[in-house]
Amino acid sequence: MIPSIPQSRFVTTAYTAYVVLFFIFLALPLIVVAAFAFNDSQFPSLPWEGFTWNWFFGSERPMIGAFHERSILRAIGTSVFVAFCVSALSMVVGLSNAFLFNRYKFRGQSILYVFMLLPLVIPGIVLGISILVASSRLANGLWDGFQWDVEALRPGLWLVILGQFSFITTIATLVIGARLQKFDKTLEEAALNLGAGRLTAIRTVTLPYLAPAMIGAFVVAFLMSFENFNTTLMLVGSDAPLTIAMFDRLKEGSTPLLNAVSLLLMLGSSLLALVMIAFQKKG
Amino acid sequence: MHREAKLGLILLLTPFLLWLSLLIVIPHIDLLLVSLRERVGVGQYEISLGNYFTFFTEPLYMVTFLRTAVMSIFATILTLLIGFPVAYYIAKMAKGRAQSALFLLCLVPFWVSELVRTFGWMILLRETGIISNLLQSVGLASGPVEMLYNDAAIMVGLVYTSMLFMVVPLITTLESLSDEVVEAGYDLGGNGFSVLREIIIPHAMPGIVSGSIVVFMLCLGNYLTPTMLGGKESLWFTELIYSQFIVRFNWELGAAFGFLLLILSSVIVWGMLRLTGQSLEKTMG
Repeated sequence: MIPSIPQSRFVTTAYTAYVVLFFIFLALPLIVVAAFAFNDSQFPSLPWEGFTWNWFFGSERPMIGAFHERSILRAIGTSVFVAFCVSALSMVVGLSNAFLFNRYKFRGQSILYVFMLLPLVIPGIVLGISILVASSRLANGLWDGFQWDVEALRPGLWLVILGQFSFITTIATLVIGARLQKFDKTLEEAALNLGAGRLTAIRTVTLPYLAPAMIGAFVVAFLMSFENFNTTLMLVGSDAPLTIAMFDRLKEGSTPLLNAVSLLLMLGSSLLALVMIAFQKKG
Repeated sequence: MHREAKLGLILLLTPFLLWLSLLIVIPHIDLLLVSLRERVGVGQYEISLGNYFTFFTEPLYMVTFLRTAVMSIFATILTLLIGFPVAYYIAKMAKGRAQSALFLLCLVPFWVSELVRTFGWMILLRETGIISNLLQSVGLASGPVEMLYNDAAIMVGLVYTSMLFMVVPLITTLESLSDEVVEAGYDLGGNGFSVLREIIIPHAMPGIVSGSIVVFMLCLGNYLTPTMLGGKESLWFTELIYSQFIVRFNWELGAAFGFLLLILSSVIVWGMLRLTGQSLEKTMG
């Protein structure tokens, strides 16, 4: 079925209706979450008690808004810190990996490429526990052998960063590698002919070309880190990132405060996505 | 190889190998080793298959394992069936601006965390939720209807959460199918069904495989959806891993569970690649 082949009216209408229904299915939970952020009630459910901004700006009990709730603000800060570290690390290693697999031919390359892809097919929770196990063995070994207590190897932010970095690097490599593959190598050769050294050629010709992909990789990594749950769950210590903090609250029962935070999250990530699309268009 | 090129290769290999060995390979070897030991006293361990033996002899563990596998496969098939027509519509029926707009619309829900999406379904499905209220006001139900905390709710959550990862690879492969080929199929006397079976599906196969692999992995490893939408009685294998590690602090058994989950996912992914003649590099890279 393609537009150039005539179809009965009924079939096309039914098909379009199906697609519309699909998009309603996609949008429904998000719309509901957003709408109840404004419900003037203790529960994010019907009946609708009237419109309020209190779940964002309220500062008195029982309606403490998202901007006045200390624990939520701290969790957002933690998440931003983790996401920033993870994206920076993944972007750098992803860039290096992209060059490694696109520019060099060496023995065992195809095997290593498969290994590079592996984190995509390892369940996040297994990645989490394996890093947890390995780091505590290392920490115990250091303690038994040298009486060193390495706090960074115990569950906490550094482990969360390592855990997320372990699989987000693969994504960054794929994003940057895809653009590097399209790069016209003669441009670099031209720079070499004009007397530039190899590194200068890469810095002045190849890297600017890769910039949109690098920003794209950074943003994707940031979002993936920000919303990661499974790996983080296994590695988290006392400083919980936002998704974990929200999960703990949700288990105890929800108030529209969570809707307000969710709505802010949606706005934040749409903004980031738009920034990324804008950069992609320019590149 | 020039000396300079060799130096470059080494410089680029170093971060890659460090990352791969320290964060992927060694942790998994450690995980395997921990799963193969048994506590015999305070701080004393012995190599044994005891943890795996526990898994195979305790029906609850086995049942949960199989249930997780079967429901994940079912969720993958469901996602494929629901997503394929939509992907086809976006790739082949929609044109120009509408096409890119629809594509973006597909992505939007996935820019927010899985937690938010699951929370949305909780608001919709629970006893005091939107759908329950809607049914009552239309007169289809006389009292509050609880739609949360059952397997159907888990399924809805899984399919919803996975949709993007099925639709995007499908759109990418279907876009590369030229209209002429489909037209030729019709010209040669095919009907809608045979064109779909002989031309469209074989062409979309790489997308179907990579989408299915990712979706299956996500379902298998999902923790949030079964916990939040399935309630206390939901049995999901990741919940067992979590409770062994965090609640009971029995890392040995938890590691064995983790390894079993890894084996299950690898076997099914490998089988899927084998069955369709695809390779990991082609479908993921």
